[in-house]
Amino acid sequence: MNQEELNNRLSEIKDKLINIEQTKDSRIFLLCEAENSFAVSKFLFEDLALRFMIATGIDSEDCFEILYHFSNDGTGCVVTVKAFIRDRENPSIESITPFIPAAEWIEREIYDILGIEIKNHPNMRRLILADDWPEGVYPLRKDFKR
Amino acid sequence: MKESVNKPILAVGPFHPLQEEMEYFQLTVDGEIVTDIDVRISYNHRGIERLSETLQYDQIPFLVSRICGICSASHPLAYINAVEEIAGITPPDRALYVRTIINELERIHSHLLWVGLGGHFIGYDTVFMWAWKYREPVLDLLEAITGNRNNYGNVKVGGCREDIPNELIPKILKELDLVEKKTDMLTKAILDDPVLHVRLKGVGTLSKEDAISYAVTGPTARGSGIAIDVRHDDPYAAYADLDWKVITQTEGDVFAKAVVRLLEIFESIKMVRQALKKLPDGPIAVEVKEIPPGEGFGRAEAPRGETFHYIRSDGGNRPVRHKVRAPSYVNVPSFKASCIGQHIADVTLTLAAVDPCYSCTERLAVVDGRKNVVHDYDALLRLSREKTARIKKEIGVPEIKLEDF
Amino acid sequence: MSWKIWSLKKSVWVFHVNTGACNNCDIEIVNLLTPRYDVERFGIKLVGSPRHADALLVTGVVTAQAAPRLRELYRQTSKPCVVFAMGACACQTGIFNGAYHVVGPVDKIIREVDPNAIIAYVPGCPPKPEAMISGVVKALSIL
Repeated sequence: MNQEELNNRLSEIKDKLINIEQTKDSRIFLLCEAENSFAVSKFLFEDLALRFMIATGIDSEDCFEILYHFSNDGTGCVVTVKAFIRDRENPSIESITPFIPAAEWIEREIYDILGIEIKNHPNMRRLILADDWPEGVYPLRKDFKR
Repeated sequence: MKESVNKPILAVGPFHPLQEEMEYFQLTVDGEIVTDIDVRISYNHRGIERLSETLQYDQIPFLVSRICGICSASHPLAYINAVEEIAGITPPDRALYVRTIINELERIHSHLLWVGLGGHFIGYDTVFMWAWKYREPVLDLLEAITGNRNNYGNVKVGGCREDIPNELIPKILKELDLVEKKTDMLTKAILDDPVLHVRLKGVGTLSKEDAISYAVTGPTARGSGIAIDVRHDDPYAAYADLDWKVITQTEGDVFAKAVVRLLEIFESIKMVRQALKKLPDGPIAVEVKEIPPGEGFGRAEAPRGETFHYIRSDGGNRPVRHKVRAPSYVNVPSFKASCIGQHIADVTLTLAAVDPCYSCTERLAVVDGRKNVVHDYDALLRLSREKTARIKKEIGVPEIKLEDF
Repeated sequence: MSWKIWSLKKSVWVFHVNTGACNNCDIEIVNLLTPRYDVERFGIKLVGSPRHADALLVTGVVTAQAAPRLRELYRQTSKPCVVFAMGACACQTGIFNGAYHVVGPVDKIIREVDPNAIIAYVPGCPPKPEAMISGVVKALSIL
């Protein structure tokens, strides 16, 4: 899929997005609310056949962000779904593991290090932190102190 | 962990004699057949992403090169690509070439290392000793260029720290000739060996569909017929100027992955030669003032696959978020697809075939299934070797030609 | 010199423990077995069980998850046992100092089990194989 086709196809899901930002040709950001991220990721993975690279969880000041990075290997373009989780008290997002098995580990990791609940994850267990790590302490939150 | 009390569980790890790192695999088996596999990581988790937020942009290359000792050129390069993307810096041409050469030398020694370990897993220690012997000259070259055998610390934002002295070029070319000759001998010995064909073909097959849904990268993907390679798809450093090809195989088994890696060594040697020939004159670094606010991605093709770094900057001198995705992080979970239904004797080999790197992945646990039958890693290694011996007997021992040595 | 120490110093069998290293020290340790360095000439051998080991080669920072396993491994070794902290991380946690999942360095964890443990340090990132050999020789010669 070349760049033009990709841009055209991306406009199909415009109604689920807040905005499309393009910093340069090969870097596209799709901004959306957390409840739409499932549909957007599914569209990118299944309909556009982009390769899932990884997800990044970020503790921004007023919300949590989950970034799903997809790669269009034909052109070297990185398409990033930026999902905003506004609820800081009980942050949660829908799991994408049911259709992208590759996301299993990273979603478990995001739960471990940021405490974001991943809804409908098929195998939610501790992945990255030690067995005796205290519950409810999330090391990548900005208020974490060692 | 699965509450399966009746089914025997085979524990692999967390400490075992050959794979240098800690990881813990729990295999549920039915007779000789593996029916489920579970992995626990955490042993190697050092919290690099958090630590990185406390360091300055200049210090981080030293930290990220210590994510994994064998990918200690690719991680910093991916990081630098991300920072340079945010700041819009174009390093001088010579720096790009130096980066390319160091990365390709790293790939040569890493692939030889894998070939050796792969040989050891099936009890073919001759290959282990050969491959590791031929890898040493490459480490010497890296030491001559950067001052260290590993953890080169050679890239910085805006260029490189150490240049390749022009006087060193003839020596590098000479050593490469030697490495190429030895690798050629090794490759032929491996590809001609009927025992290895029977032992490795059809083992640990990862189908193309599974490879896509597990989103694997690097030689693991290329062995399953997916032609992805960051050096080709999203060229960085000087790769766009070089003439080389992406090696793929379609079978997806251990043999295919071995072939991909062996042939890639030759491509890498070719690339280093070209890069040395084209090496432009000039400075190796530009001055960098400030990193503006923004987000950037950096990708690099490590020996194991695509390394991905994401940096978010708020305009200060430290990143506010630095995400690292090492290739093994997506390659390791594909065991679920490639190990289930296999013989126990093949599992170690299949696990090894993706060249797992747990320090990258941030690691894998101790067994608590006390009621279950627990074998150790030695038993697995023994099983694997027994199978090799059995096959050898069945097909007859191959002739060893002395002139090949 | 007690006969235990005397026998410990001949043909040292080592068990390699990674407690959260970046793999570099580990690769260099395996490198010692391969043709260029070939320490097996001197009877130094990597063994598969801590119960067979005269020495532990410990690499890495000791992460929270690895610490209990390291203590257990040390308890399993036959005493006297020499612990070698290989590399900057094992000696002093190195560049990872202060990270949330790091509880090391190695000597702190080993001393929790045995305050009189024999611990030798080989700094470097990674120590060159020659440095590792030299470290082992020095440590054994002053025992």
